[in-house]
Amino acid sequence: MFDFLDCVADLKGKEVKRAALNELVECVGSTRGVLIEPVYPDIIRMISVNIFRTLPPSENPEFDPEEDEPNLEPSWPHLQLVYEFFLRFLESPDFQPSVAKRYVDQKFVLMLLELFDSEDPREREYLKTILHRVYGKFLGLRAYIRKQCSHIFLRFIYELEHFNGVAELLEILGSIINGFALPLKTEHKQFLVRVLIPLHSVKSLSVFHAQLAYCVVQFLEKDATLTEHVIRGLLKYWPKTCTQKEVMFLGEMEEILDVIEPSQFVKIQEPLFKQVARCVSSPHFQVAERALYFWNNEYILSLIEDNCHTVLPAVFGTLYQVSKEHWNQTIVSLIYNVLKTFMEMNGKLFDELTASYKLEKQQEQQKAQERQELWQGLEELRLRRLQGTQGAKEVPLQRLTPQVATGGGQS
Amino acid sequence: MAGVAGPGTGQGAAGGDGDDSLYPIAVLIDELRNEDVQLRLNSIKKLSTIALALGVERTRTELLPFLTDTIYDEDEVLLALAEQLGNFTGLVGGPDFAHCLLPPLESLATVEETVVRDKAVESLRQISQEHTPVALEAHFVPLVKRLASGDWFTSRTSACGLFSVCYPRASHAVKAEIRQHFRSLCSDDTPMVRRAAASKLGEFAKVLELDSVKSEIVPLFTNLASDEQDSVRLLAVEACVSIAQLLSEDDLEALVMPTLRQAAEDKSWRVRYMVADKFSELQKAVGPKITLNDLIPAFQNLLKDCEAEVRAAAAHKVKELCENLPMEGRETIIMNQILPYIKELVSDTNQHVKSALASVIMGLSTILGKGNTIEHLLPLFLAQLKDECPEVRLNIISNLDCVNEVIGIRQLSQSLLPAIVELAEDAKWRVRLAIIEYMPLLAGQLGVEFFDEKLNSLCMAWLVDHVHAIREAATHNLMKLVQKFGKEWAQNTIVPKVLVMANDPNYLHRMTTLFCINALSEACGQEITTKQMLPVVLKMARDQVANVRFNVAKSLQKIGPILDTDALQEEVKPVLQKLGQDEDVDVKYFAQEAISVLALA
Repeated sequence: MFDFLDCVADLKGKEVKRAALNELVECVGSTRGVLIEPVYPDIIRMISVNIFRTLPPSENPEFDPEEDEPNLEPSWPHLQLVYEFFLRFLESPDFQPSVAKRYVDQKFVLMLLELFDSEDPREREYLKTILHRVYGKFLGLRAYIRKQCSHIFLRFIYELEHFNGVAELLEILGSIINGFALPLKTEHKQFLVRVLIPLHSVKSLSVFHAQLAYCVVQFLEKDATLTEHVIRGLLKYWPKTCTQKEVMFLGEMEEILDVIEPSQFVKIQEPLFKQVARCVSSPHFQVAERALYFWNNEYILSLIEDNCHTVLPAVFGTLYQVSKEHWNQTIVSLIYNVLKTFMEMNGKLFDELTASYKLEKQQEQQKAQERQELWQGLEELRLRRLQGTQGAKEVPLQRLTPQVATGGGQS
Repeated sequence: MAGVAGPGTGQGAAGGDGDDSLYPIAVLIDELRNEDVQLRLNSIKKLSTIALALGVERTRTELLPFLTDTIYDEDEVLLALAEQLGNFTGLVGGPDFAHCLLPPLESLATVEETVVRDKAVESLRQISQEHTPVALEAHFVPLVKRLASGDWFTSRTSACGLFSVCYPRASHAVKAEIRQHFRSLCSDDTPMVRRAAASKLGEFAKVLELDSVKSEIVPLFTNLASDEQDSVRLLAVEACVSIAQLLSEDDLEALVMPTLRQAAEDKSWRVRYMVADKFSELQKAVGPKITLNDLIPAFQNLLKDCEAEVRAAAAHKVKELCENLPMEGRETIIMNQILPYIKELVSDTNQHVKSALASVIMGLSTILGKGNTIEHLLPLFLAQLKDECPEVRLNIISNLDCVNEVIGIRQLSQSLLPAIVELAEDAKWRVRLAIIEYMPLLAGQLGVEFFDEKLNSLCMAWLVDHVHAIREAATHNLMKLVQKFGKEWAQNTIVPKVLVMANDPNYLHRMTTLFCINALSEACGQEITTKQMLPVVLKMARDQVANVRFNVAKSLQKIGPILDTDALQEEVKPVLQKLGQDEDVDVKYFAQEAISVLALA
């Protein structure tokens, strides 16, 4: 093993090793009949010794993948050859998984997965392909690999928020999901709901969003009944302040809606369109515009039309208000188009909503007033109770049926 | 329903105290279910108010069930709820009913979002103290067991934080069960759970009987310390400190030291880093003999570790390590076993390592005494004073007081002065700022003659630095110097130079004069302020630049209390009145404010 941090140390030795590795790569790639059984443990050991290491501490803890240059692995000249060798070894027509599985065990796979945290994208690229081959050829390791990936993601979401290889792992998982047999196992459904959806909440989503969205849509194409879980999950994790993420979420939502079944759409239309309406009212131009573009999508438009009586009330109030208040002219005109479309869809409902909207606005102030009085009263009661000598004297309260409307108001 | 439902009418109808609990639970629940998340959040934050309105019984029978059944909300709301419930024991009727709070908190402890879970665990720990031992066994322990056997890792992780609070007061049989559950969590399949268990291992060990510590905790510790994930192993090192404090030296040697030795040479730098970081605590826990035999060699290795972060962590601990060695033979140990390694570090390639060393190395002088300091340490200080990295130099300078106690600064002053001057003129303003902040300390130690001779001009130069933060710090610095050296010194040395700046063509410098006067007037006293400073201030009231003029007003407001009434009435008042008629609106404003504050109107 050579120390590459010191670039002038032991140049001759390094060259010898490099030449040797090169030869190995050539050999395993071209010659047949070389991979006999006794050679397997030595190969695996050579690979392990070279690639398995604890990755050094990050020199730039605030690394921004879009702005900063990645920190490259200094020993790449040797490392690359080892990876190349490993890959050709796995892809060789002579390769026998049944022999190799004695040496490529769970411990080996775990250390391989830990390397995905490398800051060097070239290394991660190799690891991605290698892991994919391993998954393909070693059926006994598949469940373990899936479980460990799950653990890595969970730790990423809930503990660290830092892992460099999320995109690569998701890419592999995308093709794994593609190959799932139907009906989907509970383990897989759990993975979607408890790992992939929460993965959306991470700050660095932009790095791996494309791969993540692909995985999600793959799941939905396999089993449409998961739609409700997915959409409710996305709504739960909807970004509150990061507009860049919001635009990504809207994009993913449209991709999901592109393949959604009408029966599933009906289940989530109300909360979904309420969120869409909130996005339209966003002061950030891109978010509002992206949300309004939903109405350019023919399939979505047809779904809206079929369910106009539910969708329109959900969005009406916000759209109406924003059309009068938004600072950006483009947005305002887009909103007018949407409102016009609605008018044409169901003019009667539209007029009803316009009327009740104005009434609601008047009542809102009244309700706010009542709420304030309620809390004032409660606060005074609390102070009295704290000062008072008598303990909490419970007077049986009148039992009222809970009302749906807010505040204690009656119509 | 008509008159009573409206809270406004309810309040009006009450008048007295008894009947004001006319708040129907429905109204209160509506507040808690409002569509607007901000309103829901506000309601939850005032949950105690709602509970008071309902009284203890209805809180138990209606409010708590409602909360338990509707845990589906936004994480922000859940967090607030978890926090509120931690203080609810009084509101549900006292310790006898504390267990009623367990169902909602149990749900909260299984939520995915980490901060919510952690807060729920915190509240549960708080409430556990308020349970009677009977209630603890009847309600709390079963809760912990349920969480510990939950199928998703979140509940098992939360369970880890609850073992140590329920163990002490449980009965013998139940204690065995609790230990059993903890054991299984330590070997859980999911690394998240193992990490949580490892981080609570020390705390749990502290409440166990010594026998159990030896027979059960130590094996768990050994396993966790050899876990396949380094994130688990490094938490075991933390636990090691707590465990070591509980065992006798013989037990330590047999049960714990092998594992600790392994950790100090772990292949993962993170584990080694943790050992370095916890070194002082480990040293205190294992005692002097083991320190000498095992820890010192380990420390030497950490000081020359291949990973810079580990070396830096170890360097930080040098002083503490030396201080905690037993007095007898301490000098020899340090001289022979630690010093050689430190010498290497002074020329380390990594600046953080050198910087860490610089911040503690001065402290060694008090331990080693005058002779050794002069012979061995002084060269090291001087080398670091000339280091290319400004942070290293700064750290040396900031710790000069230790050296002063032992050998007096004079020895260093030859090299010190160039170093100070270089730092004072460094291109990075934050470096200049740091030096200014040490200036009063240095001045105090070097004495007034040295200061006047060598450092005075530096301090004045800072007053006209182009970075505002520097000018501000320099002003503050002058004030501290005057406090140290006295007003006569100020009158002779500083005040003249400050007042001269009032004629500077750059208005920022003229304003600096005013700021200095603001800072110095109190320390200088009435005479200097009236005779020397006031005339200058008053003259600047006619300055061309409005900023200067309104700062004159502010200055007068500041120094007013120090002047005598005559000066105020005869000299200050007319000037302020004139400024009150100034064409610039800010000048007018500040002039008028000064007039009213000084009560001159």
